[in-house]
Amino acid sequence: MQDLLTWLKERAKGDLLLWADQLSAANRFKVSVREVEGIALKNGLFPARYQRNRNMFNLDDQLKLYNSKVAVIGCGGLGGYIIEELARLGVGCIVAVDPDVFEEHNMNRQLLATPEFLGIKKVAAAARRVDRVNPAVELLPVGLAFGLDNGKQILEGCHVAADALDSISVRLELAEICQESDMPLVHGAIAGWYGYLMTQFPGERTLQKFFAHNSQESGLEKHLGNPSFTPAVVASLEVAEVCKILLNQGTPMRRRCLSIDLYDMEFVEIEC
Amino acid sequence: MKVTIKLFAGFRENRFRVEERDLPPGFTVADLLRELGINEPELGVALINARHVLPGQELHDGEVISLFPKVGGG
Repeated sequence: MQDLLTWLKERAKGDLLLWADQLSAANRFKVSVREVEGIALKNGLFPARYQRNRNMFNLDDQLKLYNSKVAVIGCGGLGGYIIEELARLGVGCIVAVDPDVFEEHNMNRQLLATPEFLGIKKVAAAARRVDRVNPAVELLPVGLAFGLDNGKQILEGCHVAADALDSISVRLELAEICQESDMPLVHGAIAGWYGYLMTQFPGERTLQKFFAHNSQESGLEKHLGNPSFTPAVVASLEVAEVCKILLNQGTPMRRRCLSIDLYDMEFVEIEC
Repeated sequence: MKVTIKLFAGFRENRFRVEERDLPPGFTVADLLRELGINEPELGVALINARHVLPGQELHDGEVISLFPKVGGG
């Protein structure tokens, strides 16, 4: 590994490691590009693909992201964008969970739903996408329906769970499992022009309280559906929350819920 | 008693944003939902003076009630 590090340092432009060199190093030293990225970050080299991150996140932050594992529960409208943004951010490992395959009616809004992926498992499409976007990120596909029976096992080793589900009752199961697993949860939900965002830390029961009186029925999405832009907005807000939790920075949407109304362009904070 | 009703997101469709109404004493959040033609399962959160309440909660003179729809898509 010392040889690899010496080679990387020789090739680096200042403290930036270019992608071509990251790739060459992987081939030359028979390691993965992911391993090269880890060695670079641990030794003061910044992979050049993250250079526009660096005024926000220093090398230690980028290394923290590299060492992070995030579960994305659902790979549809929200999940597709969440996975994309986590991969571009440099979150090292993403666990993507969804039992479904892509159907034609997904293509109006789901980032991963393209004609070539129709009939393909959503988690398989997510793995292929991440491999193209940022090969240094590991995506672990779980093609199962998340629930109380398998949830704890799926979340094992993760630092944060991002809710991209389309069912309120499964969301509440996710909240319970996060509680048991001592894991922060970022909740997002969408319907038409509207959405919600909230973040819950272990010991808090904001989500359970929010849905306490009627958890079994679906919401407004049943008759409104979802357009292309609402999932992208709410997914991005969720990723900002995940990023802050991983880096212990900023102020998360904690013990409060953000109501997002893109129709009247109103963002209202609800104390919970 | 007079209460101010604020509707949010999809609840505004074919209704209103803010309205003051004169309601009989003992009127609950659930009664108000019925009057507005909102089925209880459609409700996300009800707030009275910015505090989270359940549908059985009675309204009082001068209170501001905010209703947010339930949203569960992903």
